[in-house]
Amino acid sequence: MIGIENYLAVGAALFVIGIFGIFLNRKNVIIILMSIELMLLAVNINLVAFSAFSGDLVGQVFTIFVLTVAAAEAAIGLAILVVFFRNRGTIDVEDINVMKG
Amino acid sequence: MLNTDISIVLPEIVLALFAMAALLFGVYTKKDKVAGPILWATSAVLAAIGIWIAMSPAGTHTAFNGAFVDDSFARFAKVTILLSAAAVLLMSADFMYRRGLLRFEYPILVALSAVGMMMMVSAGDLMALYMGLELQSLALYVVAALNRDSLKSTEAGLKYFVLGALSSGILLYGASLVYGFAGSTVFSDIIVSAEGHIPLGLLFGLTFVIMGLAFKVSAVPFHMWAPDVYEGSPTPVTAFFATAPKMAAMGLFARVVHDAFGMAVADWSQIIALLAVASMFVGSIAAIGQRNIKRLMAYSSITHMGFALMGLAAGTALGVQAMLVYMVIYVTMNIGTFAFIMSMEKDGVPVTDISALKQYSKHEPLRALALLLLMFSLAGVPPLLGFFGKFYVLKAAVDANMTWLATAGAIASVIGAFYYLRIVYYMYFGENEEETLDGTMAPTQWVFLMASAAIMLLGLVNMFGVDGYAAMAAEALVK
Repeated sequence: MIGIENYLAVGAALFVIGIFGIFLNRKNVIIILMSIELMLLAVNINLVAFSAFSGDLVGQVFTIFVLTVAAAEAAIGLAILVVFFRNRGTIDVEDINVMKG
Repeated sequence: MLNTDISIVLPEIVLALFAMAALLFGVYTKKDKVAGPILWATSAVLAAIGIWIAMSPAGTHTAFNGAFVDDSFARFAKVTILLSAAAVLLMSADFMYRRGLLRFEYPILVALSAVGMMMMVSAGDLMALYMGLELQSLALYVVAALNRDSLKSTEAGLKYFVLGALSSGILLYGASLVYGFAGSTVFSDIIVSAEGHIPLGLLFGLTFVIMGLAFKVSAVPFHMWAPDVYEGSPTPVTAFFATAPKMAAMGLFARVVHDAFGMAVADWSQIIALLAVASMFVGSIAAIGQRNIKRLMAYSSITHMGFALMGLAAGTALGVQAMLVYMVIYVTMNIGTFAFIMSMEKDGVPVTDISALKQYSKHEPLRALALLLLMFSLAGVPPLLGFFGKFYVLKAAVDANMTWLATAGAIASVIGAFYYLRIVYYMYFGENEEETLDGTMAPTQWVFLMASAAIMLLGLVNMFGVDGYAAMAAEALVK
């Protein structure tokens, strides 16, 4: 029998990997977008696990909302990345440095 | 049942339908020619809905099984949000037009983000909270990158997007923990789920949610996006960031901690007190080295958020009232200050260096006087209105036995006064040979600058009754 704590452990691990992906990554902004997606999916695992183990459907409804918003967020993120690339000619994280302080 | 639900969310529906209709209209006609009319129409609709909400009868109504709450707290915040958004749109028309930035998407995105902000302050459920927050944020990411040919603007948009998405993820993780350990997403169920003993998982969830919200209000240590985004975005967009979204985020903050976690005041008030102290000091000290007035205003807003959080940290109805009064005064001051910053230009190019203000009082004595009043008010010099805002939050903190917090706030405001007074010093005593700023200023900007400065003086009679409404709003929130 797989208990709820196993699902929560997977969710927490994915979430932490997502956060580290954002902060430790020095290469490419696309990787940051992937890390953000990973964080949201970790949340979805949490929500579905809680929902299944408590027999309450609200968590799964919440998951559908999160998936929808994540799609919109990725679309907007990529659009902003494209206009940035047109101006800067690169999407390396180290080159996002016109403003400092 | 559905009819009553819809009648409660009618203002939001009207605004959303208007935004969609305006979008269709903009796409089907000659695009940039209709941008001006759409902008005026949007600010008229925002102001009209604001007045409509202000006139609507008192009382608390909930819709959609408690997911949407319409009480005097929500109405107070919504009126502030809508009126400030309308004001910022009005004064930005001239700036945007002369730089070829007046595209019809701008007012529509502002209207959509206003719908999101109205959802935020009315949220009674974690799902409604998340949807409102994302509707607001997604629109704001795009307006930050509005000047798509400018490297700075697109970089601001990218930074705002990455850190905003990170904060949404953190908040959402907290929401999932709260749902799991409280067994419900509705605030009114969360608060009764943990009578007496609060499970550790719920406290973890609360902490994550507070971290996510602290990002949105740019409280230290989650403030690093603010200076870059304020500097890079076009000035009218910066003015918008500094006003309506701040009010919405503080409103949501108060809503979550009181409505959903009113049983754990002792737990969250110490977290918020720490955020408040850090914001006040980091904001005041870091602003001293800034020469760019937009970056300076970013640090100034971080400091002001610290003061507003101090009211919230008190954890009482008086604290919420103080926070609301503080936010209204802050928004009013910022509208006036940004109306002035928008008019700062030389040969048609925007100027942001504060040394350009040297000897400004010689050329434009009336505007310099208005800016002096606003700067004194931002610094909290009596008898201007900014002083009363600070006085309210300090009093709320002292009444809640947080004298140390009030003392820290007083010290931070003394440090912060330095950079406001430096601007005044430059205007009146700075040494400068040639004229560094053109004398032009659009009529709407002039009106908002003068009105905001006049309010700082005249408001000290009775604050135009705002504190009475804020008291009603706070009573509706804190039971």
